[in-house]
Amino acid sequence: MAGPNSLYGPVDPAPDAGYVDAPPRVGFFTDTSVCIGCKACEVACKEWNLIPDDGFNLLGTSYDNTGGLTANSWRHVAFIEQPTAGRGAGTDSPGAFAAMPVGPPASAQTAVVAAGTAPDTGTEPGVPPAVDALAAAGTIAPPATGPQFLGMPLPDLPGRMMDAPRSDFRWLMMSNVCKHCTHAACLDVCPTGSLFRTEFGTVVVQEDICNGCGYCIPACPYGVIDRREGDGRAWKCTMCYDRIGDGLTPACAKACPTESIQFGELDELRARAERRLESLHEQGETSARLYGNSPDDGVGGDGAFFLLLDEPEVYGLPPDPVVCTRDLPAMWKRAGWAALAMAAAVVVSFGRRP
Amino acid sequence: MRPREEAERPRDESLSPPPAGRPGSGLARDEAPGGPLRAEAPGGPAAGRATRDRDGRRRRGDRDGDRPMVPPAEFRSYYGRPVVKAPVWHHDIPAYLFTGGLAAGSALLAAGGDATGRAALRRAGRVTALGALAASTYFLIHDLGRPERFLNMLRVAKPTSPMSMGIWILSAFGTAAGAAAAAEAAPLLPERGIPGLARKLLPPIGTAGQYGAAVAAPALATYTAVLLADTATPSWHAAYPELPFVFAGSTLASGAGVGLIAAPADQAGPARRLAVFGAALELYGARRVETTTGMLSEPYREGRPGRLLRTGRALTAAGAAGALLGRRSRALSALSGLSLLAASVCTRFGIFEGGVASARDPKYTVVPQRERLASQVGNGAVAGRKETGPAAAGH
Repeated sequence: MAGPNSLYGPVDPAPDAGYVDAPPRVGFFTDTSVCIGCKACEVACKEWNLIPDDGFNLLGTSYDNTGGLTANSWRHVAFIEQPTAGRGAGTDSPGAFAAMPVGPPASAQTAVVAAGTAPDTGTEPGVPPAVDALAAAGTIAPPATGPQFLGMPLPDLPGRMMDAPRSDFRWLMMSNVCKHCTHAACLDVCPTGSLFRTEFGTVVVQEDICNGCGYCIPACPYGVIDRREGDGRAWKCTMCYDRIGDGLTPACAKACPTESIQFGELDELRARAERRLESLHEQGETSARLYGNSPDDGVGGDGAFFLLLDEPEVYGLPPDPVVCTRDLPAMWKRAGWAALAMAAAVVVSFGRRP
Repeated sequence: MRPREEAERPRDESLSPPPAGRPGSGLARDEAPGGPLRAEAPGGPAAGRATRDRDGRRRRGDRDGDRPMVPPAEFRSYYGRPVVKAPVWHHDIPAYLFTGGLAAGSALLAAGGDATGRAALRRAGRVTALGALAASTYFLIHDLGRPERFLNMLRVAKPTSPMSMGIWILSAFGTAAGAAAAAEAAPLLPERGIPGLARKLLPPIGTAGQYGAAVAAPALATYTAVLLADTATPSWHAAYPELPFVFAGSTLASGAGVGLIAAPADQAGPARRLAVFGAALELYGARRVETTTGMLSEPYREGRPGRLLRTGRALTAAGAAGALLGRRSRALSALSGLSLLAASVCTRFGIFEGGVASARDPKYTVVPQRERLASQVGNGAVAGRKETGPAAAGH
């Protein structure tokens, strides 16, 4: 039941919400270092949960055309194209690619080469503007002799072939999802009781209750929950409440081909994540860090946490989220003082009889 | 959505490097002036610019106004996309902030007027409170995604949800204020039969309702500040210590405005004093909101929210001055009252839109949180409590 840490601080959410003999808290550990950006999670989520489309957009920024988590996208694969330090802005982890070969960015080079190999279609997709790019081809050093690595998948398992040359460019991919916070602002502020804490410690919207007041949407420190156009209600990831109740793995984790998305008991996942982080650091991937794993953070720890390879904000995550209800007692107190000031002003104003 | 933002970009980009063509980092950065990424992130307009760019005239003001005082913040984001979601609320909610405040202010005016034997203030206060209450209810229901489920609000009473508390406050206030307003109709009823009984019973019920509404009114006027502040919307949340005082002042001023419009000169004295108190509180609170939260005060000074709040300030000052100086002139008093009401509208919309602007720009989410992390490290707190890893120690 409600205790001293009910608004803020480490707590086990299901017993705090009143469950007796709750099952162990479950969650997601999303290891972005093995994400290949295939978006199987997005598709599986849509399929299982029967979510309508989000519009068929080309955002023109990267291979990510979903854009973000919305009422109709409960998984979102972020896709970051990142030149490394020393070649313009980009990463803040200088040295991550220090030992790698240097040269002109592979992408421009290959784009120029590719533009010259196909029959002229009258347009030059991806090489804006076409004339300048072709002219620039003369100024860029020609590719080294031998086959040019185009970043395509290799025909054999990684490690069996000689490593492809690496450019000074990296792709970061991350499957984002509702964090199922220990202290969930959306749930705290919901005025209808539509959002509730499950026995597994996750946070779910009851669609037959939600009246679309929209309060949960600005409350979420991660910008996850959203109101569906035309439907009027708030929707977000349920961590497949219908599946985990039957002992099944949520659709996204089930579909993930690289086990980037791992589902399980949260304590076990946290231990696993620590081991993975250690191993990555030993391998020299010093930019790896965990995000949302600590019960001491501003939301009491996330039920869905991540291993990232850059700062959280690069992935569109807040660097230090704090549940807004942490300050709620102070807010009510200030409102109380303001209300008293109002009453005093009225008493003073009407103090004299006419 | 993106094409629309593109279309809103101003055409006069001659001072800025061309945005397109750079196979970019995928990161929006608002670097130091002259920096390579100063003007435009490759992923389209960084929202940080979009807020300023939405209005060409403001941009000019920005250049020679507040803007150069603060060095442009350096931050990173995912293609300039917002981190938190802006509220989906439209004009209904700021309109409710006004009408709810007007109802509360009018109820206080009615109670004060009745207690001190000023019938004009009582009548105007009671009737306005009911009208404003009806408008509030309309706005609140109309804003819902599923208006037919409005009553689901009354399933629970949750102290952690300011909206839930507000609905219960509004329900209690509404019942009481409704009874008070109904009592004003008592003299119109026939003297015999059941209507005659109602004619006798209504006045005492109305008086009870009037004082009940007056007790609930300060809560009704200030809970809305908690409602806005209890979100991840950066500029609302940061302003939580000041917002209740802005709304309290705005409420008193609008109640006083009703009194100034409706009451003859010999009864309007309390309304004048109330106008001054309300205006002072509102001006003080708004000033604090616009200055004390550092970078998060910015949205309240720039663009449309800034214009609204400046207009509100001018109208408040004019209204309070008119209330004091216009003792002899009914017309001047009424004008002052109108000015106070308009000021309240401007202030509410300005505060609302300032928060929305802060949510649309990732800068306002990322930079203050980065600063918080940096100060924690500076204070010797656990380095990067959100992140474990060597990179976290760099902050």
